[in-house]
Amino acid sequence: MSDGAYFQRDRQWHPPAYAPGYKTSVKRSPQAALISLNNTISEMTGPVFGHNMLGELDNDLVHNYAKPGESAIGQRIIVYGRVLDENGRGVPGALVEFWQANAGGRYRHKKETYLAPLDPNFGGCGRAITDDEGGYRFRTIQPGAYPWPNGVNDWRPAHIHFSVFGHAFAQRLITQMYFEGDPMIWQCPIVNTIPSREAVESLIAPLDMNNTIPMDARAYKFDIVLRGRRSTMFENRMEGN
Amino acid sequence: MQGLDQLKETASQTAGPYVHIGCVPNFCDITGVFPEDLGCRMVNEHTKGERITVRGRVFDGTGTPLRDALIEVWQADAEGLYPSPQEKRGMADPNFTGFGRSPGDMATGEYVFETVRPGTVPFIDGRPMAPHITFWVVARGINIGLHTRMYFPDDEEALKADPILMRIEHQVRVATLVAEKTGEAEYTFNIHLQGPKETIFFDI
Repeated sequence: MSDGAYFQRDRQWHPPAYAPGYKTSVKRSPQAALISLNNTISEMTGPVFGHNMLGELDNDLVHNYAKPGESAIGQRIIVYGRVLDENGRGVPGALVEFWQANAGGRYRHKKETYLAPLDPNFGGCGRAITDDEGGYRFRTIQPGAYPWPNGVNDWRPAHIHFSVFGHAFAQRLITQMYFEGDPMIWQCPIVNTIPSREAVESLIAPLDMNNTIPMDARAYKFDIVLRGRRSTMFENRMEGN
Repeated sequence: MQGLDQLKETASQTAGPYVHIGCVPNFCDITGVFPEDLGCRMVNEHTKGERITVRGRVFDGTGTPLRDALIEVWQADAEGLYPSPQEKRGMADPNFTGFGRSPGDMATGEYVFETVRPGTVPFIDGRPMAPHITFWVVARGINIGLHTRMYFPDDEEALKADPILMRIEHQVRVATLVAEKTGEAEYTFNIHLQGPKETIFFDI
């Protein structure tokens, strides 16, 4: 069961390659149609990473770049959720990588020129591998909004970038998480590359007071859905697949 | 009517210009968090097969190389087996990761992989596919990761019989998937995102 091809990607749901409101996409978008390819073993396999690759602080951005005894400045938050497939099943063993700006909206990157200062105790990267139910969690500080050269006065909403490996290269996904109630979300040209409001809503993490730790850190829940796959119960497959 | 009870896949967003922070932090001078960048070594001294170097650049629609792309590859080992739990045909070389990740050089845009030449793997109906490396490209300005494949120019007969390449309508475009041999064991595979030399990208 469920070892067949992955469900076709709904490319009306995802952002199109060419989305001129996001200027860089204009010259970086293919013009020819994609060539459709039934999943072969090359797409239905993928790297799987073991929990033993993780360091103790890999999912703690408040401390993983901080000097001993110090911590990053900003609103402390916990981000947690599950990686699921489109059939609603948890995806165990999925590597989730995340990166973000600091509380002032400044990235630790040599090509970043925003005048907001770096936080000496904040690097901005982390990773986790999902548990048997597909769950993951990490601790960080809430990132700030920052301006970027697109329109004259465009600002990104507060966001955390996510990169996810499921079990197959066909499931590979990079996306961004936004925060409930942020008025910048609906003005952002990158958010607005996504065609439907419904698809955008699925990238907005709600505040979760029930999982907020009193006097310590607030919590946001962010579930990620990867492609599901067909059952092979009526599929004839040749030997070698 | 009953519902299908299926979820929608999370919508993709661009990896942005600072993808390096999360995916290759050591490359962009964020050191001390991860011991090394994921996917930076595909082989070790015990890996079986013919060692090759694959390098290239990604170009935009004006012919300008991207200097902020992140390239990932996935390939079979020298015997044509994938080092994945989903591989049911046998045990892949334990000294080969099959997965590589390389950022383009910040000045030139060049990516590099030190790997082995992949063996042949079967198509869905059992016919052999020509040896290939699967590529996935993300960058600022790319809203959803682009999948393509690199094939080898020395596999002339296998290329002609490849079940995927054979059925591409515009055969003139197949050449965009074939690397150039630029050294004894070195292949150059340039990716053109847009325009007359546009690389074939797949919806997989």
